[in-house]
Amino acid sequence: MNANTRIEAGEVSAATATATAPSLTRREFIGSAAAAGSLVVGFSVPGTAAAQGSGGEINAWVVVQPDEKVIIRIARSEMGQGTLTGLAQLVAEELECDWARVTTEYPTPGQNLARNRVWGNFSTGGSRGIRESQDYVRKGGAAARMMLVAAAADGWKVPASECSAAAGVITHTPSGRRTTYGQVTAAAARMPVPTEVALKNPKDWKVTGKRLARLDTAEKTNGSIVYGADLKLPGLLNAAIKDCPVFGGKVKSFDAAAIASRPGVKKAVRVGDSAVAVVADTWWRAKTALDALPIEWDLGPNAGVQQAQIVATLKGGLDAEQAAVGNANGDAKAVIAKSARKVEAVYAYPFQNHATMEPMNATARWTAERCEVWTPTQNGEAALAATAAASGLPAAKCDVYKLPLGGGFGRRGAVHDWVTQSVLIAKEFPGTPVKLLWSREEDMQHGRYHPITQCKLVAGLDDKGEVTGLHMRISGQSIVAGIFPQNIRDGRDPVVFQGLNNGGGEAMIGYSFPHLLIDHAMRNPHVPPGFWRGVNLNQNAIYLECFVDEIAHATQQDPLALRRKLMANHPKHLAVLNAVAERAGWGKPAPDVGGQKVFRGLAQTHGFGSYVAACAEVSVNRAGELKIHRIVAATDCGHAVNPQQIEAQIEGSFVYGLGAMLFQECTVKDGAIAEKNFDTYPSLLMRHMPKVESIVMPSGGFWGGVGEPTIAVAAPAVMNAIFAATGKRIRELPIKQQSLRA
Amino acid sequence: MPQLNVNGKTLTYEAEADTPLLWVLREQLSLTGTKYGCGVAQCGACTVHIDGAPIRSCVLPAAAVQPGQKITTIEGLSPDGSHALQKAWVALDVPQCGYCQSGMLMAAAALLKDKPKPTDADIDAAITNICRCGTYNRVRAAIKVAAGVETRNAGLDIVHVVRRSA
Repeated sequence: MNANTRIEAGEVSAATATATAPSLTRREFIGSAAAAGSLVVGFSVPGTAAAQGSGGEINAWVVVQPDEKVIIRIARSEMGQGTLTGLAQLVAEELECDWARVTTEYPTPGQNLARNRVWGNFSTGGSRGIRESQDYVRKGGAAARMMLVAAAADGWKVPASECSAAAGVITHTPSGRRTTYGQVTAAAARMPVPTEVALKNPKDWKVTGKRLARLDTAEKTNGSIVYGADLKLPGLLNAAIKDCPVFGGKVKSFDAAAIASRPGVKKAVRVGDSAVAVVADTWWRAKTALDALPIEWDLGPNAGVQQAQIVATLKGGLDAEQAAVGNANGDAKAVIAKSARKVEAVYAYPFQNHATMEPMNATARWTAERCEVWTPTQNGEAALAATAAASGLPAAKCDVYKLPLGGGFGRRGAVHDWVTQSVLIAKEFPGTPVKLLWSREEDMQHGRYHPITQCKLVAGLDDKGEVTGLHMRISGQSIVAGIFPQNIRDGRDPVVFQGLNNGGGEAMIGYSFPHLLIDHAMRNPHVPPGFWRGVNLNQNAIYLECFVDEIAHATQQDPLALRRKLMANHPKHLAVLNAVAERAGWGKPAPDVGGQKVFRGLAQTHGFGSYVAACAEVSVNRAGELKIHRIVAATDCGHAVNPQQIEAQIEGSFVYGLGAMLFQECTVKDGAIAEKNFDTYPSLLMRHMPKVESIVMPSGGFWGGVGEPTIAVAAPAVMNAIFAATGKRIRELPIKQQSLRA
Repeated sequence: MPQLNVNGKTLTYEAEADTPLLWVLREQLSLTGTKYGCGVAQCGACTVHIDGAPIRSCVLPAAAVQPGQKITTIEGLSPDGSHALQKAWVALDVPQCGYCQSGMLMAAAALLKDKPKPTDADIDAAITNICRCGTYNRVRAAIKVAAGVETRNAGLDIVHVVRRSA
């Protein structure tokens, strides 16, 4: 992020001026900020008079300033996954600018609205940031290059076809004349917009595909980056909030007088039907006053719901008559019924919280004429929609300024409940910015949880031990039913079958069975589900990959050999699996570690458009203690924009996936989530972390995501290795309370 | 008015006596590099040094800091990002979302002060901060690089293999 998109804590009066004073040009604005002696520069540069021409905007994606600085606009959100850097690389590649002069900025969703969505979709989820926008952002870079070259050619009165560009320098080849992007930027902005834009052949890439350092690292090592939780505005008030602990409950009453005289307290506010906020001068005062505030809840119809009931309801779905079919060929039920032998198992996956390190927060400033929100969000447009709805103003009178996210993982994308709350609170203080920050306890109890599911798998075997048919019955929660119920058709949620689809390119099963039935009995508890990094691929890969291992064991086959047999028609799935097996040394014993024998397990899947596999090496000592020593992981994401960032996502995926496998479970007690902080919802720590060897093997021809798919192979690879080590099959997650020794 | 010595400066603040040091740093002294993550000393995002020792500032009342004790926050780790750990962090592209990294760096800096050549076991014991993005292997590698116990590549517990298709 460059200085133009950064907000420094403490002094943002100039920054806020841009939001309300669009007549300021970029230069004047920067000047005024500098004159005020502050490092602050504003949020909403695009959409101002400056950004629409005089400030060097070539097109929506590219700004070139006379001093040769190149600003690349990024519509998607950076939350640690490296998309900011990757998207900038794609634009810079086609722009032929000098990478060392590249900085980035976010356009606002309000500007996107005002400019007919020139930046397209802002949504940053489903590992789609790069793969969904790569084509049009590259074309944006290429079109800008063509306009810059055309401007130079125009000035020289030569055909543009005789000119070329590299590293921000334009050369007229026949005469050797040269100029720079900065020198022609004003003229370039007036050039006709090219109608036909050709993109480079990937083999000619110079910036894309390189292990470039992230653009946003230094500010994350010295405390200077400003997350939403750190934002300061003049006159800022702070709010703490409590929503009814039971989902579906409401506020009955609260005794505002009991806290009115506490220091710094401004007001206790009812927020919607179900929440109470306390607003004070500081957050700590608001939080402690809220803790002291007597609140009476109407706990509503779910107050008696317990975890065991939910588990029992899901269990009932495993054998239910009614189920939506996700993938089928042949007649699996009939074939299995008359098979010589059956293998059967039931698996279970719990509710889990995203637990972003930065709790939910938003700062809102409302007047009868305008509403502005500053927030970390994975989807600026959805945040704007939430802002408009809560403010009572049309979206054109609202805007959202995206701040760096202290983690996203899906929690800050589809649902913007905290934004709605922040606007409702700010309406009580017209003209005054109010920052709402959730406590960790609020975050744990009001998440959008990883869906809870169970799965029953039954395989039919013939007398030679060959698989004749597989029935995979998933029972449980549908995220789509909880968030986008309009997308449920005939009781079928297509996203439930992630990683199990027959074709489609997004999340495909890597096995062929002579007869196959994969179906889903939807069972939706009252706990709200959400898209949790990896989504449904997580549990589906566990169910299928562990069960394939069970078949291998039951038929005395090597797990790799069985997979190779079943994967013969799925060469890209098989290629990543073979890559990890080869590098890990599958088939040869792993060396002992500390006197303990080391065992291996495999897993593979396809999701978010990428093929992934992992081979885990673990030991389990006599006391049943698990040590995960090493994981080899492979990813074929088609095109690899920045291998270093892909590797970081692979490493991070093991932290997220292994923490989920080992420790993380949210349980329901009296209708509410029982786990309220990291003491009861532990995360993976340094001491648990295995070595990770990542193999990035882009095979070309498609664009796959990298932020999520590897999570899905983390748990099953380790669970299969645990079985190899102990002979004990883990089928319920998390592992935490189960003995690993029989 | 109560005072604290933070990053070499004596600063006054106004807060109730039980206000945790974290919130005095963030809300009274505008030192927002120190983060709130859990409020119960579980995650380590709020780690600062008192007289060089790492503490979790979310559970320590500011009033419990003794006169004469010196507090160092991420903003004071070095004047210009030149601490060996900060340089290693940049060289190895350690942060992802970055929110936990102030605490990670402060915990690591205290470790190196105590044990200039830490072993893996030392790192496991000293770095108990939570990172949800998953930077642990790069944190470990960067600590080793900063300590000079490993070179950049040898310090990595991450092996990178890039295969290109024909």
